[in-house]
Amino acid sequence: MTHFVDIGALDDVPKQGARVVKTAQGCIAVFRTADDQVFALDDRCPHKGGPLSEGIVHGSSVTCPLHNWVFEMNSGEAQGADEGHVRTYPIRVEHGRILISAGLMARRVA
Amino acid sequence: MKRKLVVIGAGMASGRMLEQLFDANPDAYDVTLFNGEPRGNYNRLMLSPVLSGEKTYDDIVTHDEDWYVAHGVDCRFGQPVVRIDRKNRVVHSNHSSAEYDALVIATGSAPFIIPVAGKELPGVVTYRDLEDTNAMIEAGMAGKDAVVIGGGLLGLEAAAGMASRGAKVTVIHLMDHLMERQLDPAAGYLLQKDLEKRGITVHCKGATKAIMGNGRAEAVLLEDGTVYPADLVCMAVGIRPETRIAVDAHLEVERGIAVDDALRTSDPHIFALGECVEHRQQLFGLVAPLYDQAKVLAKTLLGEEAAFQPVQTATKLKVTGCDLFSAGDFAEGEGREDIVFRDPGRGIYKRLVLQDNRIIGVVMYGDTVDGNWFYGLMKEGTDIGEMRDTLIFGPAYQGGAAPDPMAAVAALPPEAEICGCNGICKGTIVEAVQNGATTLDAVRATTKASGSCGTCTGLVQQVMAFTLGGDVAEAPEGMCKCTDHTHEDVRRLIKSMGLKSIPAVMQELGWKSVGGCHSCRPALNFYLLAEWPLEYRDDRQSRFVNERNHANIQKDGTYSVVPRMWGGVTTPDELRAIADAADKYNVPMVKVTGGQRIDLLGVKKEDLPHMWADLNQAGLVSGHAYSKGLRTVKTCVGSEFCRFGTQDSTGLGIRLEKLLWGSWTPHKVKLGVSGCPRNCAEATCKDVGVICVDSGFKISVAGAAGMEVKETEHLADAATEDETVEIITAFVQLYREHAQYLHRPWKWVAKVGLDWVKEQVVDDLDNRRDLVARFEISQSVYRKDPWAEHSTTLETPKWAPLADFTLEAAE
Repeated sequence: MTHFVDIGALDDVPKQGARVVKTAQGCIAVFRTADDQVFALDDRCPHKGGPLSEGIVHGSSVTCPLHNWVFEMNSGEAQGADEGHVRTYPIRVEHGRILISAGLMARRVA
Repeated sequence: MKRKLVVIGAGMASGRMLEQLFDANPDAYDVTLFNGEPRGNYNRLMLSPVLSGEKTYDDIVTHDEDWYVAHGVDCRFGQPVVRIDRKNRVVHSNHSSAEYDALVIATGSAPFIIPVAGKELPGVVTYRDLEDTNAMIEAGMAGKDAVVIGGGLLGLEAAAGMASRGAKVTVIHLMDHLMERQLDPAAGYLLQKDLEKRGITVHCKGATKAIMGNGRAEAVLLEDGTVYPADLVCMAVGIRPETRIAVDAHLEVERGIAVDDALRTSDPHIFALGECVEHRQQLFGLVAPLYDQAKVLAKTLLGEEAAFQPVQTATKLKVTGCDLFSAGDFAEGEGREDIVFRDPGRGIYKRLVLQDNRIIGVVMYGDTVDGNWFYGLMKEGTDIGEMRDTLIFGPAYQGGAAPDPMAAVAALPPEAEICGCNGICKGTIVEAVQNGATTLDAVRATTKASGSCGTCTGLVQQVMAFTLGGDVAEAPEGMCKCTDHTHEDVRRLIKSMGLKSIPAVMQELGWKSVGGCHSCRPALNFYLLAEWPLEYRDDRQSRFVNERNHANIQKDGTYSVVPRMWGGVTTPDELRAIADAADKYNVPMVKVTGGQRIDLLGVKKEDLPHMWADLNQAGLVSGHAYSKGLRTVKTCVGSEFCRFGTQDSTGLGIRLEKLLWGSWTPHKVKLGVSGCPRNCAEATCKDVGVICVDSGFKISVAGAAGMEVKETEHLADAATEDETVEIITAFVQLYREHAQYLHRPWKWVAKVGLDWVKEQVVDDLDNRRDLVARFEISQSVYRKDPWAEHSTTLETPKWAPLADFTLEAAE
């Protein structure tokens, strides 16, 4: 069972925007959609390493700011003609707080 | 012997429960009914028609005195219960007490009062029961100012009710659009439009700061400084379960009173139902699940097995003339698909959310007659694969063969209206085609069909194809996959239809996606701010990263910082401040740019606001070296120092830059001003170039020095500096108003023709001055340093990571 830790208020992340969580394994991008869904993905495009957290969020997708690769945030899969996958992490919202998988606090991935 | 049942609260849930109980077994219990309100059960859902004057209290009573007498209910109305003695099984009000074998708590909910100054002033009311409703009616609303705080179901019903009694109503809503829990932005937009049509002012994204008034409510102040006059303030921001009596009795209470499937609380003799309960972490506010609870509890009380299972419910707004329907889950998600139907002309929006060929969500606005049919399909989990193509058109269109669009068009009579905006019928289009209009543009030019909102474009093309007996030339390509409208059409329609927000454009122009894409959103944002500089508020999340972060992103995710140097001129103090910032923030590279500026490369995002706070301190502002806007004005030293210089090119460059900076344009704009034809500022490959000569100034435009290289073309000769500045300003504004997003001036001028541009900004003096005036209006908003607002102590933390686990791991 996944354990969750509180990383902040939902309102700390702008609608159709993202914030970053730094972990020992690299940065995680925490996204919030127009309808208040949240997603956690590696903040690194598999193409050229672009910071996905700075991409334009539309629907439940995000467009990488460097070369416009589009990823579906539920699955982390690249859309359209591009092929690639971004790792996703368990995340949820409870009482207006964002909770993320506690596993990300570890020094190394087990 | 009859057992004793005590019920606390005579609301709709407990009323229905008692009906069920008496129907099943009238002799099982002696019932005592306490109620805080001095009356029995009435239909609370019908308070809004009472408020609006369409109904009276008597119309909405569900259980009158005769009913209570007939069933032998001992009514203790106007007596709120103050204590439950669980040990002796007795409840007490301030006037009486009653013993029980079984106790039902049905205390409902209480309105949520936001904790702002002035909330206790006379004139501030909630909207929950008949007392509230009567208070509003008695306050006399005709001609008065009323403010409703909360744009949810309840708030809007209150607003509509007061408006129909003649009040001037303003609704203040915290979220981006009305009824955000039931509606998506498109439907929320249509609802807002309908309410505004009936004179209700709607203020979204409005946070109430205080209710002001001397002795009674007089006005409402928002966080953004807006003040609305208010003789009456109605708070309708939400409800919370009324659990105080249960908490005092030490029953298990979460957000609501915790109950199991049989609606039993943590005390086996005490039950609860209605809005005061929490069942499996869920609260209930709509009537359908409450009636289900009533049925279950009646059985439980009679010793029968029964279990409450919440089902999805649908919402409707009871405001005459605002037709909306909402049910299920309409968030986007993996494997979910949308079927969207929009009819902008009639203000209709329908959206079905599908997953695995089943409907899981429905949002409808304007035409909701099929709502219950969709809702039925959703509840039953019907596989809609077979009827998917025509599903959105409702039950009337199911069954039979798939319709052939050409046959349908062929069958239309000549007088059938095709273009609703311009009232063009099929016969007119057929005639135009037969007279030689064989392209869509030609048909638009001769008949106006599909020339306004454009939604009938497909139909017009079908009529053309039918008339010509073959395919027609395709319509020009749309902006992006979200729409078939071209950039030009979208710009024109934003203006002609008065569209002032991204959801408004998407709804009225029939966007095919729900929230646009990375391609159309930045374009729409620009078109809106260019058209409505004073009314439209820039949408930061629809901006590309560079314009959102006011810095240019580099391949490694760091940014470049370029302070503005007016006309390329700087001072030792500015240079020292730049050097200090470079040192302090460990800037790996300092470079001089092609536009005569200093570029600090490799800056981390979280350092940006701090670095800019330092630079602002030294008087430096953003150089916008990242924007689709004015970049730089490159100058030579001109007559001040140069022995060849004919005019003060440096001074003119600085003047132009101070005038134009901060303005957003379809693509970047670079200027050059050279003091003589030797052209040291390389002005003749810029978007706008000025070459100073003895007799004045030669202005040329539409140069390029990127992937395309192109010399500027001569626009005008001006005798004075003032005239030069005016012509250039007018040219920039014309470009802002007409060019397609991401087209540089050279591309746009090639499209519209230099002659047309000359007519607009050189020959027609009035037009030139109008353009300059419109530019100035826009600049009154945008001529400012973005960092002034982003490097404040309040904003700076938003640039840093939300959480840093690397620190915690190291501890």
